[in-house]
Amino acid sequence: MKDMTIVRPGANPAPLPKPAPDRKPRLRRVPVPDVKGVLATLWKERLAYLFLAPFLISFVAFILVPVALALLMSFTSYDAFNVPRFVGFDNFIALITQDTIFMKYALPNTLKFAFFVGPLGYALSFFIAWLIYQLPKAIRDVVTLAVYAPSMAGGVALTVVWQAAFSGDYVGYINHFMLKYGMISKPVLWLQDPKYLLIIMIVVTIWMSFGVGFLSLLAGLDTVNKELYEAGKIDGISSRLQEVYYITIPSMKPQMLFSAVMAIVGTLKAGAISVQLTGMPITPSYSGHLILNHIDDYAFIRFELGYASTVSIVLLAMSYFALKLSYRLFGQKEGE
Amino acid sequence: MNALMTQVRRLTLFETLLLAGLLLLAAFLALPIVFIVNHAFKPYNEMFQFPPTFLVREPTLSNFYDLFLRSSASIVPFSRYLFNSLIVSAATLAAVIVSSSMAAYVLSKYRFSLKKAVMAMIMLSLMFAPETVAIPRYLIISWLNINNTYFGHVLPFIASPVAVFLMKQFVDQIPNELVEAAKVEGASEVRIFLRIVMPLAMPALATIAIITFQSVWSDGQSSTLFMQDETMKTLPYYIMTLTSGVNAVAGQGMAAAAGLLMFLPNLVIFLFAQKRIMETMVHSGVK
Repeated sequence: MKDMTIVRPGANPAPLPKPAPDRKPRLRRVPVPDVKGVLATLWKERLAYLFLAPFLISFVAFILVPVALALLMSFTSYDAFNVPRFVGFDNFIALITQDTIFMKYALPNTLKFAFFVGPLGYALSFFIAWLIYQLPKAIRDVVTLAVYAPSMAGGVALTVVWQAAFSGDYVGYINHFMLKYGMISKPVLWLQDPKYLLIIMIVVTIWMSFGVGFLSLLAGLDTVNKELYEAGKIDGISSRLQEVYYITIPSMKPQMLFSAVMAIVGTLKAGAISVQLTGMPITPSYSGHLILNHIDDYAFIRFELGYASTVSIVLLAMSYFALKLSYRLFGQKEGE
Repeated sequence: MNALMTQVRRLTLFETLLLAGLLLLAAFLALPIVFIVNHAFKPYNEMFQFPPTFLVREPTLSNFYDLFLRSSASIVPFSRYLFNSLIVSAATLAAVIVSSSMAAYVLSKYRFSLKKAVMAMIMLSLMFAPETVAIPRYLIISWLNINNTYFGHVLPFIASPVAVFLMKQFVDQIPNELVEAAKVEGASEVRIFLRIVMPLAMPALATIAIITFQSVWSDGQSSTLFMQDETMKTLPYYIMTLTSGVNAVAGQGMAAAAGLLMFLPNLVIFLFAQKRIMETMVHSGVK
């Protein structure tokens, strides 16, 4: 671009050493889109985009656009039949000031659920992976399989198991067990009693949470340089706890981060568990009501799609902060 | 000397206890699996017997019989859900493997102008859960007019950032010199991709295949959301109808049998590929 000279027919540049000073810079500043250049680069890189296309098109259509659309819809009032009406921040204001179910149940339940399933489940996942790593190689695979299997089966397949275990009559397994050993005096309606539902949801979700992230942690443990442990001992590391804190975790930060991200996804996805356990879209007196259930409630029962989108955006923002936090904790700084 | 030291360390009382505890914990965590295997083979009377039994006493195939044959009299037979599930899973697997490995290859071995932006988007959407934006996804599926088609089941799954990410991390390990050398020899890009990179990335391929299979095989959301036509829904949806509402008691036997059917393919595939998965997971770190 810099070397380009503009040749005007009829102009006589030779005897005039000074060019029109007021025109030249303006000409340069006009944003002429370099269509040819862009096209040329695209053509040169066509193979990359061709290879990327199937994934990228689907990515844009089913992830990028939905998120953008949710953002747009969150500023509207939309019932799926009439044209969406722009309402500004009304939905967000209503969410904070009027939605008592959100404030009283969905938000606290989600925070509680997310705390136990997220950080606590993650810590447990690391702890179990670490324990397994201490085992001799021969039985490691078997134990890994046993821990990983429930997550592999997934919520839908195991629904019948949880329903039978927590059944509220004498035939329920938990009830029977606890009655037999005198821990309770009469059967408890585990899944219908608001006191217990959220705890059961947390336990069941953690039970099924040892998935890809767990495998990543386990593989990460194997990447830690063994010599570091020896060196650590010389440097005065005396307990296993110190070893984990000063050597293991810093050495496998990348896997820790990936696993943390997987934990966030797992927690986000787990909202359906209350529906699977109770068989109802809205849990008894909102005891297991998570933000995800709140979205489904407004979207598919009340058909207030705009408002439901507002709630989705809040949930997405919350998980984004969780992601940022994970990067803060386990992201690698420059030069590490 | 070192090996001996670790042997001695392994034998301390504390660690023996730890190992015993871990084995117990693993057995405890696997309980639901043991349970569903047993439950699926229980005759009806044993299922609601008092006192409840954990292990099956007189195993029978009657639950599977019910599932396959009795439901064939209903409007949509079980075999239809199973067929849909098989078709959808197979198509999704093929589509995700092809699209993710192609994307991963160029993201790893090529330089192009939008690479940074694409990578940033993938990293950000690793945490994406489609459940959060179910409504816009539903709208898009309807606009594309692919609800009640197999496309509606398959296409959304192609957007799998985790698969692309795992694949890319693995392809990163393949030395660039190998690709360069092949280029010098005059191999075409497609040939390099198919003949050199793909064979070396087999462990990662196996891994994304399993992860994808697990999510699509047990996914009930696209059936609930995108498929209004009962004949287009898949197995997980059918199990959900068996375990919810009025069916919760009557359908328990069938649900247990179906649950086992849901789980078994995952297990078999995982057993075959456990080594390869762990190989891939070594490179799963986010740097």
